[in-house]
Amino acid sequence: MAQNAKPRLAVWKFSSCDGCQLSLLDCEDELLAVAGAVEIANFPEASRAVGKGPYDLSLVEGSITTPHDAERIHRVRRLSKFLVTIGACATAGGIQALRNFHDVKNYISAVYPSPEFIETLSKSTPISDHVKVDMELRGCPINKYQLVEVLSAILNKRKPGISSHSVCIECKRRGTVCIMVAQGIPCLGPVTHAGCGAICPSYNRGCYGCFGPKETPNTESLAAQLTGLGVSDPDIVRAMRGFNACAEPFRKEGEAHER
Amino acid sequence: MSAKTIKVDYLARVEGEGGIHIRIKGREVADVRLTIFEPPRFFEALLRGRNYSEAPDITARICGICPVAYQMSSVQAMENALGITVDGPLRALRRLLYCGEWIESHALHVYLLHAPDFLGYEDAIQIARDHPAVVQRALQLKKIGNEIVAALGGREIHPINVRVGGFYRVPAKSELTPMLDRLQWARDASVETVRWAATLPFPEFEPDYEFVALRHPDEYPINEGRIVSSTGLDIAVHQYEEHFFEEHAKHSNALRSVHKDHGSYHVGPLARYNLNFDRLPPVAQAAAREAGLTNVCRNPFKSIIVRGVELVQVCDEAVRLIQEYTMPGKAAVPVVPHAGTGYGCTEAPRGILYHRYRLDEQGIITEAKIVPPTSQNQKQIESDLRQFVASRIDLPDEKLTWQCEQVVRNYDPCISCATHFLKLHIERD
Ligand code: SF4
Ligand code: SF4
Repeated sequence: MAQNAKPRLAVWKFSSCDGCQLSLLDCEDELLAVAGAVEIANFPEASRAVGKGPYDLSLVEGSITTPHDAERIHRVRRLSKFLVTIGACATAGGIQALRNFHDVKNYISAVYPSPEFIETLSKSTPISDHVKVDMELRGCPINKYQLVEVLSAILNKRKPGISSHSVCIECKRRGTVCIMVAQGIPCLGPVTHAGCGAICPSYNRGCYGCFGPKETPNTESLAAQLTGLGVSDPDIVRAMRGFNACAEPFRKEGEAHER
Repeated sequence: MSAKTIKVDYLARVEGEGGIHIRIKGREVADVRLTIFEPPRFFEALLRGRNYSEAPDITARICGICPVAYQMSSVQAMENALGITVDGPLRALRRLLYCGEWIESHALHVYLLHAPDFLGYEDAIQIARDHPAVVQRALQLKKIGNEIVAALGGREIHPINVRVGGFYRVPAKSELTPMLDRLQWARDASVETVRWAATLPFPEFEPDYEFVALRHPDEYPINEGRIVSSTGLDIAVHQYEEHFFEEHAKHSNALRSVHKDHGSYHVGPLARYNLNFDRLPPVAQAAAREAGLTNVCRNPFKSIIVRGVELVQVCDEAVRLIQEYTMPGKAAVPVVPHAGTGYGCTEAPRGILYHRYRLDEQGIITEAKIVPPTSQNQKQIESDLRQFVASRIDLPDEKLTWQCEQVVRNYDPCISCATHFLKLHIERD
């Protein structure tokens, strides 16, 4: 049966805001085509139907923050031929990884009147800390066109066209005049992974690094430039400690400016 | 005596993770629990030490379905703390952005998350096989909502253009007017949505709710108003915590809100509609009446019709906002940080979303409090389940389970926000 020959897709959620998996439902023009090309075997945000594994492709959203999830991710891996992590939570621990810089007990008691009811790990960690990841999609949230590209590449057994340069290159492509040079607006574009299409600078705003660090970023030289623009050390720390705070280059640069 | 448990371990078509656990003893409902196992992410804690200006982007990440709501409540609270008023075209643009999120969110819930229950399908993709035109209408509606958010916010999810004081960049009118034709189509498609929703089968169920929503002197409540209720409460936003408090139930990672001396209450489309019918534009009122609704609707299953009526309202309003728009000279009013406490409350698609912040002299956040709509509805959802199961105790488990899931989905619960949700267990013993 042709029906059975379709690749089976599963979407998994760990600690997250659901924004990255919503990107799939936000592909209004492509959704029905995607649903025609794959069997959506497990996608609880969209369907009651649950198909048993194994799955040809798993999209994993969210970070690992509970003992239960630290076990569940191993089961997801065992059931998945190809595993793609989607978004900053899954690839770097997300904004909830800010706890990694504090004592989680203080965090729990700051939010919950009965801390003893809460079961959580002291750190929020990316999926790759726990299992082998076949591919990562960056962003907080991911770019839905990158997601469609990855799905169609995997369906057609080709390599997805996802580049790893910086947001700066995307500004040049888009024809946005550098806002840091021309207007002195602090921007993380030089050290940030491409993928969004350089949205913020086109809105007169400095990039805040939501796609995480690009390959081999020179965060030190960027920090010096930010200092030159009058950005204080605590503000540099805050800039590094955003949605990808635990990505190694951002974590290190943040610590270098902490006293 | 028969004993049983009905459980849904992973509630589908809700945003986030939760379950339902119901224990039936003989012919009595012994226990109902909404379990929220969405892992806590500690937003109120991680906001401490951050700059006031970072709150809209950080709190947006609480929920990928309604990031604009978080941005709007947080900027309102910060502007309240810092004594700034954002009005004129900047206020109109914020309202337009919020209309975009309502259109996207309501179209998603009505057709993709809620409708499958009424039609007996597992999901919207199955509906698309039998009724392709309905799903196409849904997707096109959702798309125009997303287009507004992307045009004003830079992207659909976690928009980047909102700041305390206004925006980073404001659009020229010519960037907005191309959306007018499709928004006019969307208004007609929303009227069609109300007609279609009215033909769905509705179980008889009308709990005696206390509705809580915003109310504004001359607008349907979206981004501003006083907090009012169907029992006569009428307070300013800063008085919210004097009247509502949060409980922490053992089975849950979420806090549940309670109205002091009243108990559970209901926020969201039904609450807004019942308290603000007179603020709906004629086209939305007419659509509601044609669907057989009066200005009172207590059946939570009919929230699917009311969301349709609200779709008419926001599409109509978006058209008007764009037609009347003139580009302001400045994208934002200047902000000077200083110490203060600020309160914000706006109507997220799922109901009122309350924020409070305390800032030090540098504008650094020293305390944050966020009360999302789903944590306010949680106790009400449990109470709905108890009442609903009690009157249908003889239904076969499979049917009862599905209907219980539907009771929860009536609220369009956003569990990611509530932790700051679902498994269903029905146990009979
Ligand atoms: S990466 Fe950002 S958008 Fe994606 S799930 Fe995490 S918080 Fe949400
Ligand atoms: S410019 Fe930077 S912060 Fe803005 S969307 Fe792109 S990667 Fe994210």
